Amino acid sequence: MENMLQFDIDAFWIILTGTLVAVSASLLGVFLILRKMSMIGDAISHAVLPGIVIAFLLTNSSSQIPMIIGASLVGVLATFLIESLHRKSKLQTDASIGIIFTFLFAVGIILVSQYTGQVDLDQECVLYGEIAFVPLDRWVTASGIDLGPRNIWTLGACCLAIIATIIIGYKGLYLTTFDQTFAASLGISTVAWHYTLMTGVSLTTVVSFESVGAILVVAFLIVPASTAYLLTDDLKIMLILAALIGFLSVLSGYYVAVYLDASIAACMALMSGVFFAIAFLFSPGYGIAFKGRRAKMGLQKDYSQQL
Amino acid sequence: MGTFIDFISLSDPTSRYVIIGIILLTINASLVGSFAFLRKKSLIGDAVAHSVLPGICLAFLLFQTKNLFILLGGAAITGWLSILSIDLITAHSRIKADAAIGIALSVFFALGIVLLTIIQNSAIASQSGLDHFLFGKAASITRDDVRYFAIVTLIITAVIIIFYKPFKLISFNQDFAVSIGLPVRFYEFILSIITVMSIAVGIQAVGVVLMAALLITPAAAARYWTNDLRIMLILAVVVSAIGGVGGAYISYSATNMPTGPWIIVIISCIAFLSFAFAPNRGIVSKMWIQYQNRKQILLENILKAFYHVGEKDNSFLEMRKPEDILNRREFSFSKLSEGLNKLKRKGLLEKQNNEWKLSSEGLSEAKRIIRLHRLWELYLTQYLNIAEDHVHDDAEAIEHVLTPEIEAQLEKLLDFPSTDPHGKEIIY
Repeated sequence: MENMLQFDIDAFWIILTGTLVAVSASLLGVFLILRKMSMIGDAISHAVLPGIVIAFLLTNSSSQIPMIIGASLVGVLATFLIESLHRKSKLQTDASIGIIFTFLFAVGIILVSQYTGQVDLDQECVLYGEIAFVPLDRWVTASGIDLGPRNIWTLGACCLAIIATIIIGYKGLYLTTFDQTFAASLGISTVAWHYTLMTGVSLTTVVSFESVGAILVVAFLIVPASTAYLLTDDLKIMLILAALIGFLSVLSGYYVAVYLDASIAACMALMSGVFFAIAFLFSPGYGIAFKGRRAKMGLQKDYSQQL
Repeated sequence: MGTFIDFISLSDPTSRYVIIGIILLTINASLVGSFAFLRKKSLIGDAVAHSVLPGICLAFLLFQTKNLFILLGGAAITGWLSILSIDLITAHSRIKADAAIGIALSVFFALGIVLLTIIQNSAIASQSGLDHFLFGKAASITRDDVRYFAIVTLIITAVIIIFYKPFKLISFNQDFAVSIGLPVRFYEFILSIITVMSIAVGIQAVGVVLMAALLITPAAAARYWTNDLRIMLILAVVVSAIGGVGGAYISYSATNMPTGPWIIVIISCIAFLSFAFAPNRGIVSKMWIQYQNRKQILLENILKAFYHVGEKDNSFLEMRKPEDILNRREFSFSKLSEGLNKLKRKGLLEKQNNEWKLSSEGLSEAKRIIRLHRLWELYLTQYLNIAEDHVHDDAEAIEHVLTPEIEAQLEKLLDFPSTDPHGKEIIY
């Protein structure tokens, strides 16, 4: 592991992979936490597993596109199942999330262990991915040109698609997040944006799956966005901050992993937790360390108003 | 490979402790899960289940042992810390509970994976097997393990029996529990302790990721069959035990089949069947009730239409054509003829050629519905000060559901009025 201490080209590819995952997930996460749907993100990230395995079995892993589409659809289907269980049989949301995602994940694990020989997946990979292997799987064209790691291309495309969707659909996402009645009165479909968001979350989970695994995607979905939420009230700034915090978690996480000789993806997720803890304690606006000072200032303001 | 009889009679010594162990673990989880479900805190169990991993790894790193008691001690500590951090985050920042749960879940789990990979990459001997906690390794349950599980089951059952009343109160009506001065925080604390305990031992069977299902799914399935907490607890235990035995049997009889996921699949299927077919709360039963109600409303509306037509020329028992009825009130033609035939079978209408008339029972039934409608309109105008031209739609809906008791009360309250707000007659 000595050679990993230098900033070699593999390190660059790994950090780039992590950054693409973190940016896609953090941006979507902003909308998830503002819509109080964080645990739906958790559920999707587990639920895509059977989709990935079935797609692996039906196609072969070299044709990625149908696999990604198929598996993403399973993720969206999971959110649909959660909602219909909630609506049709009046099951409380938290329980319907818990029941659906554990069921789908269990089915996925059964498939993984049943077809271990045929599927290039194992149970550990499902949990925390193999980001260290990303530079090894290269995309080489027929004429022999090396285009770099295959995963970078899919992640990059996904990340660009998400950024483009957010920029183009900013108004729709903004309004359906904060004021659904107003959005409806303008003729903006809440359902359409809901499923757009869910598709984005599924897609990100599926393409991130090989590199960071199903569970750690959740960290990137929820934690940087929550950190940004503690730092600003402005949605645009929150999006930028979330992506930035995601990137910083990836960068610092990589070197922590090298130092500890531990799972790279898990260290990146852990670092996002460290950044959250810092914001939770020391955020100027919402940190608990300045709560006393803010209260005092608030008190002074009240006095001045009275005078 | 043995038969189901060998398996279930516990005659195979290798599977004996596995089955007993799994049943104990699933009982623990479903009991505490029922309270978490009722308090709408099911997903906290998910966070705790993921958060026990770093505790297990830390305990192993510190004591270099795989003694289950020590590992579970570590598990309980970090599991407990995750509950604390969720409480802390929601209480002291503007982060909502769902995001707080997600943060605790993913960060604690990431820490666990970091520690696990450190252990795996280090030269510590005998480290293999820790990753069994990730997905559960029910087949490795030993006699000593079963002893621990049994102790935990005893503790949890005892705690639930002792604190049954306060637990029930804070599960169904926390505000009321606070208002009568119950030390709610203390009971929540006790509940969270037994939750952490059941999760820490339960991951042996299904692993950290699927542990949430053992807590949530049996409880949710049981809830659909009963309103009685005691019966719900028993049903949850039965559901999870069926799943446990079934999952153990599948992995015992087929090669390469994991126990934990099969347990989850079985209890999930029981839950789905419950959601669909449970009496009263199930989807099918609800749809049946709705269908019955719609049918009833159609029949009553047809009777009313006959009455209204009769009211116009003051002869209620005249023969009417279906067109006369359609002129008075809109029905789809197929629905009307279906309803007419049904009313005839009930003896409320009589038919000659293609003409219909109210029977005497039909007339008194029609009078009853009209009376309810007009009483309700009067009630709304007199007691709720709603304008006369606004009360019809409301009465149109409620006339089908007012019980004879309410009718009697209305009559008494309004002192047997003779006309409704529109000046129409109320007949008794």
